[in-house]
Amino acid sequence: MSVALPLLLGVPAAGAALLAAVPMSERRAKVLGVLASGATLVVVLVLTVGFDFGAASRLQDGVDVRWLPAIDVRFHLGVDGISLPLVILTALLTLLCAIYTVGSVPEAGRVRQLLALVLLLEVGVLGTFVAADLIVFFVFFEIVLIPMYFLIAAWGGPGRRPAATKFILFTLLGSALMLVGFLVIYAGAGTFDMTALAHAHGRGIGAAPQLFAFVLLLIGFGIKSPMWPLHTWLPDAHTEAPTVGSVLLAGVLLKMGTYGLVRIAVADVPDGARRAAPALGILAVVGVVYAAFACLALVRSGDLKRLIAFSSVGHMGFVLLGIATLTPVGIQGALIGNVAHGVITGLLFFLVGGMKDRFHTSEIEELGGGLLAKVPVLGGLTLFAAIASLGLPGLAGFWGEMLAMLGAWSPAAALSRPLFIVLMAVAGAGTILTAVYFLAMLRRVDFGVVTARWREAPIPDAVAADLVAWVPLTVLALSIGVWPRLVLGVSDAAVRGLLR
Amino acid sequence: MRLIQSIDYAAIAPPVALGLTAVVVLVADLFLPPARRALATVISLAGSLVALGFAAWLPTQDARHTLCFPGGACSYAADHFTAFFQLLFLGALVVVLLLSLTSVAEESLPTGEFHFLLLSSVTGMLVLAASRDLLSLLVALEVVSLPAFVLVGLRRGDPRGSEAALKFFLFSVVSTGLTVYGMALVYGVTGTLQVDGIAAALAPVHAAGGAKSSLAAAAVVLVVVGFAFKVSAVPFHFWAPDTYQGAPVPVAAFLSTASKAAGFAGMLVLLLEAFRPYADVWGPVIAVLAALTMTVGNLVALRQWHIVRLLAWSTVAQAGYMLVPLGIATTAGGRGAAELHTAVQATLAYLGIYVVMNLGAFACVAAVVRHSPRAGVEDFRGLARRSPVLAVCFALFLTALAGLPPGVAGLFAKLVILRAAVHGHVAWLAVIAAANAVIGLAYYLRVAALLFDLSSDSAAAPAVSGPLVARRSRTVWAAVAVTALGTVALSVDPQLLLHAASTAAASLRHSVAP
Repeated sequence: MSVALPLLLGVPAAGAALLAAVPMSERRAKVLGVLASGATLVVVLVLTVGFDFGAASRLQDGVDVRWLPAIDVRFHLGVDGISLPLVILTALLTLLCAIYTVGSVPEAGRVRQLLALVLLLEVGVLGTFVAADLIVFFVFFEIVLIPMYFLIAAWGGPGRRPAATKFILFTLLGSALMLVGFLVIYAGAGTFDMTALAHAHGRGIGAAPQLFAFVLLLIGFGIKSPMWPLHTWLPDAHTEAPTVGSVLLAGVLLKMGTYGLVRIAVADVPDGARRAAPALGILAVVGVVYAAFACLALVRSGDLKRLIAFSSVGHMGFVLLGIATLTPVGIQGALIGNVAHGVITGLLFFLVGGMKDRFHTSEIEELGGGLLAKVPVLGGLTLFAAIASLGLPGLAGFWGEMLAMLGAWSPAAALSRPLFIVLMAVAGAGTILTAVYFLAMLRRVDFGVVTARWREAPIPDAVAADLVAWVPLTVLALSIGVWPRLVLGVSDAAVRGLLR
Repeated sequence: MRLIQSIDYAAIAPPVALGLTAVVVLVADLFLPPARRALATVISLAGSLVALGFAAWLPTQDARHTLCFPGGACSYAADHFTAFFQLLFLGALVVVLLLSLTSVAEESLPTGEFHFLLLSSVTGMLVLAASRDLLSLLVALEVVSLPAFVLVGLRRGDPRGSEAALKFFLFSVVSTGLTVYGMALVYGVTGTLQVDGIAAALAPVHAAGGAKSSLAAAAVVLVVVGFAFKVSAVPFHFWAPDTYQGAPVPVAAFLSTASKAAGFAGMLVLLLEAFRPYADVWGPVIAVLAALTMTVGNLVALRQWHIVRLLAWSTVAQAGYMLVPLGIATTAGGRGAAELHTAVQATLAYLGIYVVMNLGAFACVAAVVRHSPRAGVEDFRGLARRSPVLAVCFALFLTALAGLPPGVAGLFAKLVILRAAVHGHVAWLAVIAAANAVIGLAYYLRVAALLFDLSSDSAAAPAVSGPLVARRSRTVWAAVAVTALGTVALSVDPQLLLHAASTAAASLRHSVAP
């Protein structure tokens, strides 16, 4: 048994407990937050260095302890090529959030509690990604909700209460259905162990229960991802959440949905997946187009945070389309799309948070134009992030969309090829619309002249703590774009093992 | 028939010890000066712990049967099933006693009577869990209920208390009447009062069909109704919210846990031992009751703004979850011994976890609420500011009741329930239960979130006025600590309880086997 995974969960948990229990000055809390999340990232890096990339399809550094023998639940953890990139992303984004908090504290204050919740969130997300037992997965999946709820409800904007309630009710409904789905799988296969289930490829589970389980899991993970039409909680939650909440929500929380879909739904009930894949593909593409139109409407007069939230729905639509193809290429696209979206949208939310701190609004109309002239660094980074987000080749966002559409061009043998080619064409149109609204957004906010309202106001540009938080994401967006093997190389073997 | 029975006093030691303690407390109270009234609690606690010791010792021995009839059938069984419930009742009693010390003093309840009634009621429960014939069950059930009526109305001069007691009494009497009627019909059909004998006699009646079988089916349903009242299953739940609200908080805690568990003890003995051949009749009835109880309980709880009423409706809903596994007897496939064993194990495990977490929730309420009829949910806003430890404990109990981490014990409870339902091929009931779990989350989390609402508007709220005070009573804190530790222990190692539930369920099954 390796100590890496217990440390991975233990370090942020200890940090969260310390922050929650011990009264301390704001300064000290910030230092502790950065130290704890930094130490977690160090553990992740050690884990990565020790990871056997030659055997990426095998679960490594496992922990396996009896927990509830009566129903065969084991405390089973491990990482493989699919989870490792997400683990790194989570640890990195949490550290960046802690660093960002050093520079800009939300209006509601109480930094100590805020950082404790962020670290608790990290424990939940990391636990979800390394869980190798369905019940352990569920427990960590649920733990994430508590800090996220409080992040929105206590540090959010004016409409935070309803937004937090909507967030928690939607995701809890999904979780409950997901749990029933797990039980259906358990009833057929007789185990909760994810490696055994993935190995069995649905053996022992009848055709009807497989479809039933897949639909339940699809709703559960679809709410989290989010998949159209189950996305309605997301724009509100994003709009109201504080900056670090938005970053973590987009950057890592949504990934839990698509990760679960690949890791559990597709792998454990493949028959059900085959039968439901056309529906998933259609919903995914509708999401892409719907999000594009919503953003086109928002770019005329709307909230920038809301616009980015809707663009998330579109990006996750591509990820879901990739999964729906049930091909290695498509799922690879989904995984790299996942990571790219986490990096780019995380960066975008940081930047909008930066604008909100300075201009005290994120309404496109009120911001006016000329961001690039007024605050060149912030404006320049916004330009970069928006371009990366619209999927310019050479930047990270491109690969996910490209591979998803490539997967749709030749979907798995059991799926209808004409349908998926139509889906590919519609998704392609979606990419054009995405480019249109992002460029329109840039034209309205970034370019042009500074409006009279802000011309005289002293608005500071990015400070050091901001840059420390933002630049790594910029670098990452560029390096994944230039060298996609950074992600694809790690997950390739694992994905092939999953689909076999 | 021989009129003198030999009695195995070791087997009946727990109820005897507790019954004697009840009498001692009542008499001692007459001679105690008012300043030393706390001694009554000490005596009661000591008696409960002695009974607890006996109850814990018995399952280490072979199963004992006593008060036997010629022919082998016995009225009193001290097996693992009995031990499971007796330990549950006595554990709950200890927590309730810890809770009531302050309450009895502050609300000037008559000390001796309070303890006497409480201990008598639990003595009835100890007998109820061990009874294996209809008459013993009936008498034990009445011994449980009669003191409870008085306990509810013990607050003198409070019209709410009297109303609560009267409602409780009327509902109880009617449902007991139905139970007695059902039992009489069962006796008429089978000619015996022993549960084993009834099962043996009902099997051919059910196989033969006809009018006699319909009569037996009606009798089974009538008996189920009587116990449905006791566990406050919808539509026999109307008494619960008013009664809990009108009663002193420790009494409400007692009714919602020990008393409900007693209802389940009787129900399980009757359904699974006596009425096993009629599983196809009571199975669907229980399934429908379970679905109704969960749904109504949760939906009404959503609209409650009084903390005790909210918890009262939550206990109604929780009873629904506990009934779910028994509902698997609907389908032909679900009647196998293995599935039923899993189902009973699930109900017992849920019951055990529920008693711990619900007692904890009521203990937290008792820790802050001086006078229950006025305590709104809103009064708990920002409790974390005044007492962080209490707020964390209360949140733990609420999330456990909701079935959500960090209250992992509650999640496991829900899990075994859902698993039993899915295993028994009653997926629709599992889906309803899962949907209800979501509705439940809404109101549990609303309260849990209020506790941590530290926004500025709550800072202005008066901290010590109104019905709320942060009590510094050591006994109440002890009750909170005991239940919190129990919840954490069951979260880390739920196998402890599941194993006990499994052996308890197994001993029920074996007493039916020829």
